[in-house]
Amino acid sequence: MTSREKILSAVKANQPDLAILPDVDFLLQEDIDVPEKFIAALTAIGGQVIAVENYAVIKAFIAKNVEQSSRKITTVSELADIAEYIEDNIAKPHSLENVDYAIIEADLAVAENGAIWVTEDKIRTRVLPFITQHLGVIVRRGGIVPTMHQAYNKIGLNDYGFATFIAGPSKTADIEQSLVLGAHGARSMTVFLMS
Amino acid sequence: MSEIQNTTNHAELAEVFNNDEARVDWHDETLWWIRSKRDVAVNKISNWEVLREAASQIKNNVLSNLSNYLQQFESNALSNGITVHWATDAKEHNQIVLSILEKHSIHQMVKSKSMLTEECHLNDFLEANGIDVIDSDLGERIVQLAKEMPSHIVLPCIHKKKEEIGELFHQHLGTPAGNADPQFLTETARQHLRDTFLTRRAALTGVNFAIAETGEFVVCTNEGNADMGAHLADVHIASMGIEKIIPERKHLGVFLRLLTRSATGQPITTYSSHFKRPNKDKEMHIIIVDNGRSIQLGREDFRNSLKCIRCGACMNTCPVYRRSGGHSYHNAISGPIGSILAPNLDMEKYADLPFASTLCGSCTNVCPVKIDIHQQLYKWRQVIVKNGYVPAAKKASMQIMNWTLSSPTVYHTAGKAGRFVLKYAPFMVSNKLNPWYKHRDMPEPPKESFGEWYKKNRGN
Repeated sequence: MTSREKILSAVKANQPDLAILPDVDFLLQEDIDVPEKFIAALTAIGGQVIAVENYAVIKAFIAKNVEQSSRKITTVSELADIAEYIEDNIAKPHSLENVDYAIIEADLAVAENGAIWVTEDKIRTRVLPFITQHLGVIVRRGGIVPTMHQAYNKIGLNDYGFATFIAGPSKTADIEQSLVLGAHGARSMTVFLMS
Repeated sequence: MSEIQNTTNHAELAEVFNNDEARVDWHDETLWWIRSKRDVAVNKISNWEVLREAASQIKNNVLSNLSNYLQQFESNALSNGITVHWATDAKEHNQIVLSILEKHSIHQMVKSKSMLTEECHLNDFLEANGIDVIDSDLGERIVQLAKEMPSHIVLPCIHKKKEEIGELFHQHLGTPAGNADPQFLTETARQHLRDTFLTRRAALTGVNFAIAETGEFVVCTNEGNADMGAHLADVHIASMGIEKIIPERKHLGVFLRLLTRSATGQPITTYSSHFKRPNKDKEMHIIIVDNGRSIQLGREDFRNSLKCIRCGACMNTCPVYRRSGGHSYHNAISGPIGSILAPNLDMEKYADLPFASTLCGSCTNVCPVKIDIHQQLYKWRQVIVKNGYVPAAKKASMQIMNWTLSSPTVYHTAGKAGRFVLKYAPFMVSNKLNPWYKHRDMPEPPKESFGEWYKKNRGN
């Protein structure tokens, strides 16, 4: 008998009588003031939210706040004139090790916890939002949902190779519970909230 | 690590921890502070109890249909291009990891947090086989440098003072002696481990949730270390216990809302990464591990322990854990949940753990998936005694208790003797030989028992 068969037969022999799977769709009803809550939640976990009307405002913000000589990457075609634009998966993700600022776009964000949802096609290269020193994300107001239940309802069974929720900058409190931003991932996260 | 594994008695190990009273107070207060943050986060969710109940029912369904879900998960993962391995025990799991590394001639691996690999003692095994393993979670890296086990499943070095961490970094990473600033030490680890991430061809991660419906798995971190390792490596190995399965993707909505609020009071971890297919030209492996779990599934009184999502809330709230430290449990998973999981693996070795509790029930109250932890602790005690695994002194005293309580004459005589001793010879019990006297004063004895008083006052 293979290990697979051994495990499956032991599990089958020992599992209790079938307990029904509860319906969790009723949890979709929760209603909260969406954009305001999102801003409060993301700010509380160390992120920053900037309200913008268009891409020109984002460009102006970056010109003002990110050093001219730093390496900037974007997956957003509208920003191709201010940062290296990447269209496809980069074969050697290690080449992104010196990226200072990455700007990506997300279609979905969650008010209750400040998380944004990005699938592989939004970031092109999986490691990008983690390896960059600082992360900027463009989110549309209409893309914010109240809770994780609505988020997964929207995600449905969409296909992706990799996807992630990102909520604020990378952080740790492993040393005496002192919160430090910038553990291994991005040191800061700025959401450009577009109306 | 060796020191901890050789001594196998919670009370003795707790006594070692209690030698430093100031540290115990600090440990106690730190964990209680985290428990308080949990309460604040939980109180912001209006339907928290509904969520807990939903999570509990989903997990009950998982356990009752696990063999089907495992096969569904496997078949979806396979069609996603993931290689699936099955390991009946720790030894087989470790061997599979080694064989994957050997196939690629890889001698160095970076690892993110996985309590399962701690349970399997993977690091020791790989090191004995010439593989260099670096733990990348900051807390895990710290205990790895200190050659210790994590003392907490979510906060691996919660028992360490920053000065001790500063000293470890000074010795191993060359930071200036005496610098114990958390910001500075974290930055040092970031720089040091960035180089590790960029040069390792293999990365191992744990699994928080594996979704049967889609064949994907989710890994949660705050630091981003699992993603840095996995996305930069050619080979990603993910180790999971059979109980990590959840039926559908939408159930993540329930579990991700509960997990970090229960753990640290955060609304969600910084990263909740969903791995569905290997990256182009890369390999992704999943090792599904039993290691005693299917036996626990068959123990009606204890199978609920397999619902655990490893948030650590039961440890943060436990009055015994907070004052005895994680290492006193001499098991990869400490605290109340560790105390109901460990005896399943080795009843004799972990016979002491179900007794390391006041049975106050606080663990059960905070558990996000409604595991009846304190009731299982109580039930394990009975199983352990029946199987003869209690220490001789406890066994003898319980036999005397049994003899005393089953005879009214003996009971009354014993009561009289007890009151006499406490009154005229308190030193007989208030001495170091009596463990109940530690940190306590024995009570003032009443002049007479209730029975004697009743006879005198109400007796016809």
